[in-house]
Amino acid sequence: MNLGQSILEALESLAANKLRSGLTILGIVIGVAAVIAMLAVGTGAQDTILGSISGVGSNLLFVFSGNFTENVRNVQPLTVGDAQAIADPFQAPSVEAVAPILRSELEIAYGGEKTFTNVQGVTPEYAQVRNYAVTEGEFINSDHILGRSSVALVGPEVADKLFNRREGITGETIRIEGQPFRVIGVLESKGGSSFGSQDDVVLIPFSTAESRLIRRSRDRIDQLLVQAVSAEAVPQAAEEIAQILRTRHRTALGADDFTVFSQSDFVQTAQTITGVLTVFLGGIAAISLLVGGIGIMNIMLVSVTERTREIGLRKAIGARKRDILIQFLTESSLLSLFGGLVGIVFGWLIAFVVGQVASASGTPFTPKVGLDAILLATIFSTAVGLFFGLYPANRAASLQPVEALRYE
Amino acid sequence: MNDLVIDARSLRKVYQMGEIQVNALAGVSITVRRGEMVSIMGPSGSGKSTLMNILGCLDRPTSGEYYLDGELASDLNDDQLASIRNRKVGFVFQSFNLLPRATALANVELPLRYAGMTSGRQERARQALVAVGLEDRIHHRPTELSGGQQQRVAIARALVNQPAILMADEPTGNLDSKSGKEIMELLLNLNQQGTTVIIVTHDPSVAAQTQRVIRLRDGQVEESA
Repeated sequence: MNLGQSILEALESLAANKLRSGLTILGIVIGVAAVIAMLAVGTGAQDTILGSISGVGSNLLFVFSGNFTENVRNVQPLTVGDAQAIADPFQAPSVEAVAPILRSELEIAYGGEKTFTNVQGVTPEYAQVRNYAVTEGEFINSDHILGRSSVALVGPEVADKLFNRREGITGETIRIEGQPFRVIGVLESKGGSSFGSQDDVVLIPFSTAESRLIRRSRDRIDQLLVQAVSAEAVPQAAEEIAQILRTRHRTALGADDFTVFSQSDFVQTAQTITGVLTVFLGGIAAISLLVGGIGIMNIMLVSVTERTREIGLRKAIGARKRDILIQFLTESSLLSLFGGLVGIVFGWLIAFVVGQVASASGTPFTPKVGLDAILLATIFSTAVGLFFGLYPANRAASLQPVEALRYE
Repeated sequence: MNDLVIDARSLRKVYQMGEIQVNALAGVSITVRRGEMVSIMGPSGSGKSTLMNILGCLDRPTSGEYYLDGELASDLNDDQLASIRNRKVGFVFQSFNLLPRATALANVELPLRYAGMTSGRQERARQALVAVGLEDRIHHRPTELSGGQQQRVAIARALVNQPAILMADEPTGNLDSKSGKEIMELLLNLNQQGTTVIIVTHDPSVAAQTQRVIRLRDGQVEESA
């Protein structure tokens, strides 16, 4: 008997017991649906996180003061001097650009509108480092820095809030903490990220911020962004930054009082989290497939007993051991393959709904059902059916025709 | 020798039932020539079922030699027995043993499928159904057929592979007398066309219609007339 016929015959036999077949595959359906849905949501979430990390800029290093893994006493803050030292091409040849940042939540006003927004004092390098562009006007330049000019760049969200438009804002005057600032441009929209909205921001010259709005003692800065010359140079740049800061902070011995994070570190952290998630999901999947498989084995054993006479008859008219084995294995693997397919559809639906709910609540991300997940689910569920069908099928195939025919 | 479809020599079958050994067959030697119609009779426990199982290659004798259509069948493994059953033996059972979900045609096709035949099966199966007078019931399922019609399907299934021998185990046992008579007529008819038939039966009137009766008692042939 060839495979096509076995499949047809198995389909007939499964169709004859629709309710039983349906209930039997439920375990597999639930397991596969859970896996597909969670993998889709996980992949979607990972894509969103990675997208926002890379959207921040390219080949970036983030320098923070303080040590994230060890307790260090007398942490020295990062200063303008640190930034200048890192910007020195002789000390740090792998560094392309350095952008020191001062930031604070300040009140912005225009006309009768008021809003609190993240105000950042930045240098002209910031545009390059963060990969920012303007939709109108110009970016902060060195003249603004030297002149401590009262000029500001507004993000699109701030523009929406204050002006209800994104064009024709250049030249208007807004007030930051009561002080007038002339708008010199509007930033291009970058969308949300895991670090908060990148559009709800006002940029002013670093020197202006330092002297008039965001006073910090001893040249302190809040954050330091460093761009490496290339993706390959990122680890080298991190090492150079660390060397410079150790010398300047006199922490050559013992633990560093600063932390250098690269984008790839963030990516790795995100991947570690999703990796743990995947292992966890894999565990759930394994358990539900195991339970589903036992269900299939149980039903197949019942089916073999029920059909003992049929097996005897088939043997009497010439079915070999192998024929019976194939017949029952086909049935059990088709059964669980169906479970897998239904589960894939279900999982897809669940993932779709989760995506809809997420975007309705303001975190747009697209769940992705990968071809690999579908393939894996299909192959795995079939394999489960095959494995758990083996024992019942073998039992059927080993029946002696005489006894099977006599069975009542 | 080649004229003998069945040539069984001192067949013995011993069942081990716990401590006790049961001699179901205690040295049975029988022969059946091609084209004969023979019945096997005997009370329950006489070993006639055991004999039929061995002659039908469903079971192996404990000792003795059995040639079916010139092939030694007493010393084969399970798959070889399956193959010889498929090629040389057609079974008709008391309870028909049709697949309930399959049509008459599909039921008759089944032995051809196990024979590995890939094309022309439907035609062969259809011809077999025509030969038993069921040309207008080809696509009916067993539940839509009367007992007599079901037994005809079973006979068509037994014949479809053109076996050397047709083994019928109480073929009329589950039928009313009218259908039973029709089935016997069909079997006689087939025999006249050259099919070798062995009928295992309790019923003297069935046995009376065959050319020869083999009576079994306590695992031995009582008389062969």
